[in-house]
Amino acid sequence: MADAKTFNLSCPVPRVADDRIVLAHGGGGRLTHQLIEKIFIPAFGNPMLEQRHDGAVVTVNGSRLAFTTDSFVVRPLIFPGGNIGDLAINGTVNDLAMCGARPLYLSAGFILEEGLEMETLRTVVNSMQQAAANASVKLVTGDTKVVDKGKGDGIFINTSGIGVIEEFPCLAKSARHGASPVGEATENGMPHVSPGLRDVGTTAACIGPASVQPGDAVFVSGDLGRHGIAILSVREGLEFESPILSDCANVWPSVEALLKAGIEIHCLRDLTRGGLATTLNEIANDRNVCIKLEESLIPVNETVQGACEILGLDPLYVANEGRFAVFVPAAQSDAALEVMKKVEVSEAAVRVGKVEESPARTVVLQSRIGGNRVVDMLSGEQLPRIC
Amino acid sequence: MKFVSEYRDPKAAEQLAAAIRKKVTRPWTIMEICGGQTHTIVKSGLEDLLPKEITLVHGPGCPVCVTPIELIDKAVAIAKRPDAIFCSFGDMLRVPGSSKSLFDAKAEGADVRIVYSPLDALKLAKQNPEKQVVFFAVGFETTAPANAMAAWQADHDGINNFSLLVSHVLVPPAMEALLSSQNCVVQGFLAAGHVCTIMGFEEYFPIAEKYKVPIVVTGFEPLDLLEGIYMVVSQLEDGRHQVENQYVRAVKREGNRPAQQTIAEVFEISPRQWRGLGEIPASGFQLKGRFQKYDANRRFPFDGVPAQESPDCISGLILQGLKKPHECAAFGVKCTPENPLGAPMVSSEGACAAYYHYGRRQNVQPELSGPASR
Repeated sequence: MADAKTFNLSCPVPRVADDRIVLAHGGGGRLTHQLIEKIFIPAFGNPMLEQRHDGAVVTVNGSRLAFTTDSFVVRPLIFPGGNIGDLAINGTVNDLAMCGARPLYLSAGFILEEGLEMETLRTVVNSMQQAAANASVKLVTGDTKVVDKGKGDGIFINTSGIGVIEEFPCLAKSARHGASPVGEATENGMPHVSPGLRDVGTTAACIGPASVQPGDAVFVSGDLGRHGIAILSVREGLEFESPILSDCANVWPSVEALLKAGIEIHCLRDLTRGGLATTLNEIANDRNVCIKLEESLIPVNETVQGACEILGLDPLYVANEGRFAVFVPAAQSDAALEVMKKVEVSEAAVRVGKVEESPARTVVLQSRIGGNRVVDMLSGEQLPRIC
Repeated sequence: MKFVSEYRDPKAAEQLAAAIRKKVTRPWTIMEICGGQTHTIVKSGLEDLLPKEITLVHGPGCPVCVTPIELIDKAVAIAKRPDAIFCSFGDMLRVPGSSKSLFDAKAEGADVRIVYSPLDALKLAKQNPEKQVVFFAVGFETTAPANAMAAWQADHDGINNFSLLVSHVLVPPAMEALLSSQNCVVQGFLAAGHVCTIMGFEEYFPIAEKYKVPIVVTGFEPLDLLEGIYMVVSQLEDGRHQVENQYVRAVKREGNRPAQQTIAEVFEISPRQWRGLGEIPASGFQLKGRFQKYDANRRFPFDGVPAQESPDCISGLILQGLKKPHECAAFGVKCTPENPLGAPMVSSEGACAAYYHYGRRQNVQPELSGPASR
């Protein structure tokens, strides 16, 4: 061949718009966002939902409450470092913590598959009990359904949670600080939900992308990727010299310590599906800022890094279940780090980057060798169904 | 971490970059063959370290990108058979065929599974004797030994419900095809280190001699690539055209002989269609002799209509290094990783996907979903 004229310069016709749900719609990346934007927001849109935060913040008779829900469909049900039960408690507890709320009450809905071994259910429930006790939350209501064999995957669990936002001086301060155009717009469009129940939007909740400011320091609470790789190692039968345990944990103690220490938290996000990269992209997009990271500062356990190298995965996109990112003013950077390091769940916290004004809506990473690249949101699935 | 961090050392990278800057006196265009190398270049921002005289163009070494659309259609048709379990490396699942991808087929109920080795597919065949287990055997010389071993093992164990949908391609014929094109812009090659781990690099000597082009067998870490570029630039500046080996920690001149013997026992060389490039003679493998009974092409006759093609995608030009991804009008606008027009936007090794994910977007602003689009 060789003559360029004989080359077949071709490609297929465009794929038609997705007309079915694919796994990536649940992956936390771009397709998940499309689903939210195109299906859920148009149907249910209201100022609280449109915050797109890990939970909603409402005021009931003067008390500021956070409310959130999450479903857990992990396979395998029991994995190194935890099981679906721990995950179901800590996942929802962490979503409340990301609102700056002390977790209080949880519900649990179980969808069980016919034929599930009772011993498995006992193990899972036992873990839930322990995780709830550790987090000082009470499981106060629940529901059980059983589906035909083959119609479920052993156990699916949904948990919802309520937490209370306590009065810390720093929260009031960041409330003023966060009175940004984004917050005001939301406040103006507020619906009247019911007597005594009122959405307060970002101006009261404040911990959220709207409060992020250029200059903020960005921390992660520990090394990345353990949960995703722990799950994958079981699924794919991979063995490592030192086994990787899921990082599944309750992160409220760390958030509480930051609040008590008077750290003016601008934004909190747990780094679950889609990992750090997806989370930071959401914040950069929401707040119209640039988040700059340094690759050499991002903590990744050596075994996790090795597994990622072998499997062709990027730890920035791998799911965590006990890690969060926190944005604080640069002036409080050292103080915040000191506080986090004193709490077990965040003792390996690291400052990984900072917020700048431009290029807006972008996450930029300086590589180890000194080059720059954009860190994009996850497209499609990296690991199917992790949490 | 051993064998990773030492090849990403910033000081060593800067030293190599300085050596390249010192050596270079005029513009040179160098092609890295392998998509894995493209991925590293873009992911590490390596071009930021290079002098402006050096242009890197991205070669056809991405198996996902060059697998013909007809074969994707065939894979989808096989996967949709009720008696089939269709196994593939993950990257192939999102590649669009003429109407759908394997992921689409999966969403419609087909039993499509991601495996990490063809031997895992063979294991599935043993576990599911009532099913036809088909493995999508794509790739360059690097993946050929494992695929050959799967066929050999199936034959040895007498497994009959297993077959391979083969789309194996070979690097040297593609390099010759590019070099003999009148449009060729490539002045030096970074040859694909992993391919050479299997095949060695003796077959590159006649190419370097015939086309007067330097060829440096190069690894996949940032320092490997910088050193490979330095070696190519040195040859170009000195007026040499030799075959050199940067990737000495993995590649021997003669390659991996036992792996080559396994390939030779199971496969024979055949002409092969390359997506974006057309048919290249003697550029692929097909099952031979007694292993032909494992050829999914023979086992599952397929009467698909010829694939429909779109004029919007310029992946042919990109795979030849004549255009860069962001020079395509569809890039990031009509063509994104979620809705790829062409295969290079699909695989993480594809040049378009690498540019898209890692921000080599130049003036093209992709359509953002989610809050950003408000």
